[in-house]
Amino acid sequence: MTMEVQSLTVRLGNQAVLQGVDAELQPGSITAICGPNGAGKSTLLSALAGLIDAENGKVSLDGESISEFHPQHRARKIGYLPQLGEVAWDVAVRSLVALGRMPHGDSDSVPVEKAIAALGLQEFASRPMSQLSGGEKARALLARVLAGQPDWILADEPLAALDLAHQLSILRHLRNAADRGAGVVLVLHDLALAMNHADHVLVLEQGTIVANGAAADALSEDTIAKVWGVETQWLGQDGAKALVAK
Amino acid sequence: MTRPIPILLIMIAIAFPLSLLAGRVWIDFETTPNAAVILAELRLPRSLLALIIGSGLGAAGAAMQGYLRNPLADPGLFGVAPGAALGAAASLWFGYAASAWLLPLFALIGAAGAMALLALIAGRTGGIALFTLAGMMIASLAGALTSLAISLAPNAFAMSEIVTWLMGALTDRSWADVQLAAPLTLLGIACLMVARKGLDGLILGDAAARSLGINPRVLQAWLIAGVGLTVGSGVAVAGIVGFVGLIVPHLVRPFTDKRPSSLIIPSALAGGLLVLIADVACRVLPLVTELRLGIALSLIGAPFFLWLLLRMRRGLA
Repeated sequence: MTMEVQSLTVRLGNQAVLQGVDAELQPGSITAICGPNGAGKSTLLSALAGLIDAENGKVSLDGESISEFHPQHRARKIGYLPQLGEVAWDVAVRSLVALGRMPHGDSDSVPVEKAIAALGLQEFASRPMSQLSGGEKARALLARVLAGQPDWILADEPLAALDLAHQLSILRHLRNAADRGAGVVLVLHDLALAMNHADHVLVLEQGTIVANGAAADALSEDTIAKVWGVETQWLGQDGAKALVAK
Repeated sequence: MTRPIPILLIMIAIAFPLSLLAGRVWIDFETTPNAAVILAELRLPRSLLALIIGSGLGAAGAAMQGYLRNPLADPGLFGVAPGAALGAAASLWFGYAASAWLLPLFALIGAAGAMALLALIAGRTGGIALFTLAGMMIASLAGALTSLAISLAPNAFAMSEIVTWLMGALTDRSWADVQLAAPLTLLGIACLMVARKGLDGLILGDAAARSLGINPRVLQAWLIAGVGLTVGSGVAVAGIVGFVGLIVPHLVRPFTDKRPSSLIIPSALAGGLLVLIADVACRVLPLVTELRLGIALSLIGAPFFLWLLLRMRRGLA
């Protein structure tokens, strides 16, 4: 089920945050959206999740515009993990993960327990969220999305504020989801993580796509110099590259 | 999740018959003259009204705290109670209160006006910030107009009636009041129960809730209807009874799984129980005149609110 973005323009107030964005996202792979601060990455992800109305253009799944979907139908197809992992009440991990079943209108415990197990949260399942560390909390929030068994997983900076081990752990779970056929789209600030873990990268600058392709092509040293204004160099081998400033 | 419900039902089953017997005159079926009439025509409707109003306020408080994701939220923020109070004050101002139905009717019109205004201002976007600010604006406006009505009262009697009525009480209430408040409160709680899943989704924040398929405008409409009906009908028959909606969810929350959806019914039961007990206390306290219910609950509620703030401050420190 391909996700297509056609001539997408989104205006927030008087400002055009996205201007004529075109892209085609493939299921079964990880796509990273990169760009400097204020480039429109989070807005694009929200638009892909159907949470923002476009002024022009559309986002469609298998040719059908998601703005035409019933909200619950859209929610069954697209799981969205916002940037701020806020949890208003101190619910237990299992209750939080079970919220992922809301679009299905059931409280089916099988996918909930499966998501809890997939993210290694069994021993915390009855624990209140406030007693979890940052990394455990990030896993619980991702488990909530997985419990909904969506075709697409959209996550806004899911690795922010996590240490290296937890970053790699979350990425491994997202790769597993992609290997099972889900389309995974991530907003990532860390270009090395995008280079090493994404199959496909979209680079945004001031609301327009300036690079779109395989990670190695889209995040070339030239593109980074042009978009981020920093002269850099990739070191290391494929899958384990590091970015250093010249 | 359902643990507090049977316990609260048992507590109500004990407190309710006791509330029928308690008062300035403790009913003794052998010695009290007209015991059956006092029980059927005065005590029974009064205790039922305490349960009904308290349940409405408790449920509305739980829903409001869930919606605003704030433990300090209270249905009073909404502007519905001040709107209803304004309607009631208007009926007293015009001297219409002689008819049993006119004062509640005016109060309900006031509550409906506040709900409509809130829906008109905040309903288009479904945004929580605009909703809160609009509610506060309506509450301030209705409060100011009620004060104006008091200051411009045509005579001292009307002024005294408005002021006394605003303090909230269940004194001398009848079956007519029960007939008015019961269906509206039940309908209101039903509306809040429809909204309960949406409130659960808001645990994750506004954007995540929408991504789960929740329509914020629909959620807000159910909430306005639910709080409007429960609080509006409560104010219509008993005046302003504050703090129940703020306190009760806090008392109940530790015994639930903390999701707003699992808090609504226990808060309704606990709210009913609290108002029932507070009303009995008003009746039996040896004061020259009966303590007003609204004052009694504020006397309990304000220190509780302070304790809550201090606890939150410790949590933040």
